[in-house]
Amino acid sequence: MEKFNKLTGNAIPIRITNVDTDMIIPKQFLKTIKRTGLGEYLFFELKFDQDGNKIDSFALNQDQYNGASILIAGKNFGCGSSREHAPWSIADYGIKCIIAPSYADIFYNNCFKNGILPIILDEETVAKLQDTAENTLNFNIDLEKQNITYLENNEQKEITFEIDPVKKKCLIEGLDDIGLTLNKSSSISDFENNQAKETPWLYGSKII
Amino acid sequence: MSAPKTLYDKIWDNHIVSINDDGTTILYIDRHLVHEVTSPQAFEGLRMSGRKVRRPEFTLATADHNVPTMDRDKGIADPDSKLQVETLERNASENNITYLPMSDKRQGIVHIVGPEQGFTQPGMTIVCGDSHTSTHGAFGALAWGIGTSEVEHTLATQTLIQTKAKNMCIKITGEVVDGVTAKDIILAIIKKIGTAGGTGYVIEYTGDVIKNLSMEGRMTVCNMSIEAGARAGLISPDEKTWEYLKGRPLAPSGEEFETAIKYWQSLATDEGAQYDEIVEIKADEIIPQVTWGTSPEDVVSIDGYVPDPKNASSDEKKRSIERALDYMGLEPNTPINEIEVNKVFIGSCTNGRIEDLRAVSKIAKGRKVEKNVHAMIVPGSGLVKEQAEKEGLDKIFIEAGFDWRDPGCSMCLAMNADKLKPQERCASTSNRNFEGRQGRGGRTHLMSPQMAAAAAIKGKLTDFRDL
Ligand code: SF4
Repeated sequence: MEKFNKLTGNAIPIRITNVDTDMIIPKQFLKTIKRTGLGEYLFFELKFDQDGNKIDSFALNQDQYNGASILIAGKNFGCGSSREHAPWSIADYGIKCIIAPSYADIFYNNCFKNGILPIILDEETVAKLQDTAENTLNFNIDLEKQNITYLENNEQKEITFEIDPVKKKCLIEGLDDIGLTLNKSSSISDFENNQAKETPWLYGSKII
Repeated sequence: MSAPKTLYDKIWDNHIVSINDDGTTILYIDRHLVHEVTSPQAFEGLRMSGRKVRRPEFTLATADHNVPTMDRDKGIADPDSKLQVETLERNASENNITYLPMSDKRQGIVHIVGPEQGFTQPGMTIVCGDSHTSTHGAFGALAWGIGTSEVEHTLATQTLIQTKAKNMCIKITGEVVDGVTAKDIILAIIKKIGTAGGTGYVIEYTGDVIKNLSMEGRMTVCNMSIEAGARAGLISPDEKTWEYLKGRPLAPSGEEFETAIKYWQSLATDEGAQYDEIVEIKADEIIPQVTWGTSPEDVVSIDGYVPDPKNASSDEKKRSIERALDYMGLEPNTPINEIEVNKVFIGSCTNGRIEDLRAVSKIAKGRKVEKNVHAMIVPGSGLVKEQAEKEGLDKIFIEAGFDWRDPGCSMCLAMNADKLKPQERCASTSNRNFEGRQGRGGRTHLMSPQMAAAAAIKGKLTDFRDL
């Protein structure tokens, strides 16, 4: 997984609460065999109406947010089904960090598996950042220092955030769960050697 | 002596590789089943990170969700389905994983293939990117469904990062009434505890009623543990389990089989072991069950009535009944046995085994499917199909007007061409009656194979014992 340390980029405000995974990536795009390429369908039904016309008021359709790498969203972001297509589509779109007051559990954990930093801040601060995002080009996110900095009216602002130290380490070192577990390969081999003695039939040569 | 343990505790403890700093456990996975829908991104992930499958010989792949159940020689028509199946085939071969293609008679629904091949054994941890992996719990194996990231994690490390669930014991007491099947028992359980009743638990089913079930029946019960909200279901392995396993291609044989039995016997829950929750259900009170609504807990006895939202216990419940009735096109207080159906689906990993087909054939024999009804029978695997044909069941089905198909998931989830049309009403032996599950706008009533067969003959829901 790509390492995450510092990020500088503009942010898209999504002023909706309870954004569910169906809104993030609608059902019709799930019959795929790749986790890449889903970015263009991100928020598809918020971007286009039923006749396929662009909904101009939706932030993702506005030029000023082109190339954004941060989402600033409402509370309970990512609720609904556990489909992993949601974080895949967000990552594929180029979003590396989400800021919201709260997230659905599974979605929150899935972010870390896909190199996305989900920051939790109180509702008021998030609302304020959404306003700021409309005028500010760049936010700097420093995971090591656990802060967000930006210039507003020529004034340097800083907001700090909390994050679980294990999860932080994983993002910074680019370790996904698999990478972490593979670090314990020798324990796994020990287990297998022992199990092969205790229950040898599990290691028989029987292959279909 | 260590403290008494449950079957779940023992299997869990036997598979701990190590404990992580955050308190989670790295659990060893003995066997991994793979199908075409939830695996492509997992293999893609391995490729992208340059990782290998750690134990291809512990992994078995087959295509089931997307495969056609007729005209197989013509291949798969839908391009997306075709691509998923071809991708699985390629991933399996690149990673040295045994793959059972459509052309192999051992192909079928993963949860039917595993037990059939002896791949599923007591005391194992088994996972698959599919919620109904709980089926394998019938053998006293700890088996549960996982997401795509976890499929990748299992392929790469043969382990998963887990937190332990709580222990629930569901005890079925008394004696079953004649004609009551494993499906009725599990539907009655879900009616009692609800679809969230098992959340956070692994359920162990106990009592003489469960002991007396065949392995097939036990699989039906464990299969729907998911609909009861549980992570997995378990049944203590016994003579019936060894009997079933004996001689299966992947089961141990000879002296090793005897050693294995000794180990398997040691897995049963110890006397005095503590469950976090115990639920008792009286078998005597269960008669054939069907669902009326859009949640697997919307269960009613065949002599019952469609519920009236007016009698709901809360406003929220009232609204949910109203919504379900609207979707199902049902009026409150309608007698259940007056509900007419125009489709019947017999199959799935819940009820697509040989015993199910034998039960259906007893009802079909000498009778005819109602002329307005289209009734499909989809065997759970090629071997089930072959066995049924050996016993001449196919002739009985065809003679009675049933549509006899090739194996797969089929209309259980309508990912292939087998779908309900909007407003079509189906008597189904599958496990989920969610809105749109069997096709957009389709209406599903879950029940046992006997009951579904009777619905096909009568054209309406009916107590098969009255035929
Ligand atoms: S038969 Fe139905 S429930 Fe079983 S694996 Fe297939 S789709 Fe899932």
